Amino acid sequence: MKPSFLKATFAIIHKDLAAEFRSRELLTAMLTFSVLVILIFNFALDLNIDVRQKVTAGVLWTTFAFAGTLGLNRSMAVEKDRGCMDGLLLAPVDRSAIFFGKAISNLAFMLIVEAIVLPLYAFFYNETRIFQWEFIAVLLLGSIGYISVGTLLSAMSVQTRTREILLPILLFPITIPVLIASVLASGAIINDAGLPQIITPLNLLIVYDVIFIAVSFMFFDAIVEE
Amino acid sequence: MQQKPILLTILDILSIIAIGIATYFALVLAPTELVMGEVQRVFYFHVGTGWVALLGFIIASIAGVAYLVSKKMFWDRFGLAAVEVSAMFFLITIVLGSIWARPAWNTWWTWDVRLTSAAVTELIFIAYFMLRAGIEDPEKRARFGAIYTLLGGLSAPITFMVIRLFRSIHPVVVGNPSAEAQGGFDMTVDMRNTLFITLIAFTILFIDFIWHRVRLGGLQEKVEQLKLKTLGE
Repeated sequence: MKPSFLKATFAIIHKDLAAEFRSRELLTAMLTFSVLVILIFNFALDLNIDVRQKVTAGVLWTTFAFAGTLGLNRSMAVEKDRGCMDGLLLAPVDRSAIFFGKAISNLAFMLIVEAIVLPLYAFFYNETRIFQWEFIAVLLLGSIGYISVGTLLSAMSVQTRTREILLPILLFPITIPVLIASVLASGAIINDAGLPQIITPLNLLIVYDVIFIAVSFMFFDAIVEE
Repeated sequence: MQQKPILLTILDILSIIAIGIATYFALVLAPTELVMGEVQRVFYFHVGTGWVALLGFIIASIAGVAYLVSKKMFWDRFGLAAVEVSAMFFLITIVLGSIWARPAWNTWWTWDVRLTSAAVTELIFIAYFMLRAGIEDPEKRARFGAIYTLLGGLSAPITFMVIRLFRSIHPVVVGNPSAEAQGGFDMTVDMRNTLFITLIAFTILFIDFIWHRVRLGGLQEKVEQLKLKTLGE
């Protein structure tokens, strides 16, 4: 008997989270990497109070995008290396349940990293303006768009010869709208730029999310089939 | 051995003649622009190559859909040909634009909507080639390639819209007379004719290139099959 769609999705999320909370490989790597990137930005851009005013959103988004590829690569590589992917595909569940399971657990990892990096950034730079609900909403929308395409493309790149190297090269040109729109919207929120400057990029972000969740959902089957 | 179709030979000759005529029009017959001078002549080929590059990008997406629906290898060859030709023309467009921008804007490059979108699109093309290079199985290569061109085709318009939120200085020459401050200009009848002829010439050249590339892809496949056959014996 076929288990229900939701049940299958939750089973995959549960598997991923349980595996991660036991090994903590992925989160440790993503977090350490994020802190390192912020540290590098501190010296590369000389993040004094004037510069911070303008680049906070950009620095945070660059950090999350880089840490995100790290997580996406790892989460698909473990499936492939230990043959788990074949097992998952053999399971009598809808393929899109596998996609949503993987995507939601990837999103969970990214959000956990963001939830830890944001207070750290606020602590390092005395920047409390990032704790607005609008800012968090943009972060969530941006992460959803990034992860939905990222999960699809990591399923693709893991099957190629160049693997880890290929994912950022495939992913970044496609997710540029997400990154730009998120940086614009969250920058406008931090600097109190007024509603029109927040709404326009936000709308584009929502459009992107809707289109690319649908497209990723449609294509995932075609990517994992043997 | 597959003979080269006569129609293709005719198209070869036709495209040489057309490009010749277009060059003559752009460099000699078209009037010199008053403010920018001779460098404005770059405009005709810039628009011509840009137009076919965009056409190739759209065709590649259509070929991607066609492949995913029909699973016929022809559509993969067609899509690859469109991307390759389009990538080359896009690069030429960017280089020609730079040559014009240096005297007109006093800079080789600026992060304007069109320029940035063109750069992102070129990067999508490069990613596409790298993706294909990393896959050995031809069927999987075709499938992944088709999906990636579709993702690129969907994200490129959104990229354009998002970047437009920043200020743009690229002149909109066709259908916008108020762009003179940005290096735009009013076209005279001769200029319009020249542009029209260049557009046609590049379209003919584009079709010719695509045809050649698709044919080459077919021959490549045949060689691979023959190799496998002789190795198998």
